[in-house]
Amino acid sequence: MAVSTTPEPIDTTVPAERQSATGRTETVPTQKRGVGARIPWGSYGVRVLAIVGALVLWYVLSATGFNFVVSFENVPDPIVVGKQLLVLLHSGEFYTHIAVSLRRILISFTIAAVLGILVGILMGRSRIFADIMMPYIETLRPIPAVAWIPLAILMFPTEESSIIYITALGAFFPVVLSTLHGVQQTPEVYVRAAKSLGAGRAAILRHVVLPGALPSIMSGLAIGMGVAWFSLLAGEIISGQYGIGYFTWNAYSLVEYENIVIGMLTIGGLGTLSTWLVKQASKPALRWQESNQ
Amino acid sequence: MTSDSTGASTMTENTTEIIPPMGKTGVNHFKPETGHIAIDGVSVDFGHGALAVSGASLDIQPGEFICLLGPSGCGKSTLMNTVAGFVQPISGAVRMDGEPIKAPGLDRGMVFQQHSLFPWKTVLDNVAFGPLMAGQPREKARSTARAFLEMVGLSTYAKRFPSVLSGGMKQRVGIARALANYPKVLLMDEPFGALDAQTRLVMQENLLQIWSEFGITVIFVTHDIDEAVFLADRVVVMSASPGRLIADIKVDLERPRSMAMATSPSFVRTKQQCLDLISAESKRAFEMQRAVG
Repeated sequence: MAVSTTPEPIDTTVPAERQSATGRTETVPTQKRGVGARIPWGSYGVRVLAIVGALVLWYVLSATGFNFVVSFENVPDPIVVGKQLLVLLHSGEFYTHIAVSLRRILISFTIAAVLGILVGILMGRSRIFADIMMPYIETLRPIPAVAWIPLAILMFPTEESSIIYITALGAFFPVVLSTLHGVQQTPEVYVRAAKSLGAGRAAILRHVVLPGALPSIMSGLAIGMGVAWFSLLAGEIISGQYGIGYFTWNAYSLVEYENIVIGMLTIGGLGTLSTWLVKQASKPALRWQESNQ
Repeated sequence: MTSDSTGASTMTENTTEIIPPMGKTGVNHFKPETGHIAIDGVSVDFGHGALAVSGASLDIQPGEFICLLGPSGCGKSTLMNTVAGFVQPISGAVRMDGEPIKAPGLDRGMVFQQHSLFPWKTVLDNVAFGPLMAGQPREKARSTARAFLEMVGLSTYAKRFPSVLSGGMKQRVGIARALANYPKVLLMDEPFGALDAQTRLVMQENLLQIWSEFGITVIFVTHDIDEAVFLADRVVVMSASPGRLIADIKVDLERPRSMAMATSPSFVRTKQQCLDLISAESKRAFEMQRAVG
């Protein structure tokens, strides 16, 4: 999983000249515009239409039993899926699957976030630590979650712990690399300013390096959350008795095709929702980047 | 000076008074007995053999305003950074009040060219950072910061983030932040270099006002001859490659200085003197480069 480069804080300030009666000029920032602007309502309308269009297309393909290269003969149409969803929403078991997956995500993501941020900071601040860690990260990172499953089952006492290990491992890499990147990007002028104001190493870390790295850390967490779901599903499909990944794979074995689609859509929804939550949670800490109202 | 609340109301009612002049506290914060800087035969290495500064010696009296003038890349910032403690000379010594300078410290305030305010801290917390690092409790540090923000006329921006400020405002906050620890020496590295001409003039006058109240030693790096002559007690001219001090020109203009003096014979004479030195020096540097190339 590649780590996206952190976007620079976008400066939407457009200073305008303003001359006072005394002949003094100061540049005064004007209103913000452009990149940070909101999505217009019309755009939402188009997006809703796009989804409706996809549903209609899906219905037509399923109902007519479309079969050319890709076969829709065994794909249930959206109405059948919708009816089955209503049935599931009234059964406790569906919620159990969701709850078990969410619990695994929560535990794994917390482990990955704490360890990833910690290791990333240490790597960014200590050359030796970075040299020790980098070979591990570079060799382990490209190994997909699925490839870990046999070894994880052998290494961990329970299936639950092996799934959590696989999930946390996947989320760990984007977090650690984004944190490292953020810490390394600390502008020297801020460090110098802090030093000249009497800050020591610990104060520089707390007041300069960490807040400066925060945008990068937050985007690492958002990517990490996506990878966590990705890894969790791999773990749940192959080993597990509960969880939304198990539910989806099991539906195939039991020839409950509606449940496959429902499982997939649930995974997509939960993944999107949890990534959104991570982004929302990071907003208050990043208020200074968009403080231009 | 008005209080916070009335300051805020005039702000919103009358935009032409957006920036009151700095330094109207009417208090002499200091007696200039400390802040003596002795630069003694200082040479600084670029790190690859070449000298950035060569054999510079300069004695700066407490409360004196010194401008280091020279072309870009002549090593004037490097020389100032030896006083700041960011750069260690390979030979010679820098002392403040008899003590050798080994590291940055809060007895020497720094104002940088631009973008040195911590963007993740509010304007108030930027200024409060020095007092906080000096060991004041947070609330006390903030009240100190409020007084300094008032001095530079930016009380109303206390809770905003630096990104909303114009270039001139940012430098005012930078000056307030550097002074909030009551340093003995103020080191300014082309602080007005990025400002437009009119803002720059206002800032220069305000700086002199503050300087006269604080009685603080100032070392001000610039490549602008007018700026140097207008501000300084002594203009120290540097040559490029390697950086040497080639002239120490006393400015015979009475204080307080005003912009009207810019056309006085004494000002013009001093300016001409600097100009001759610098143009002779640039010519020499140019011919040397040609000889090498």
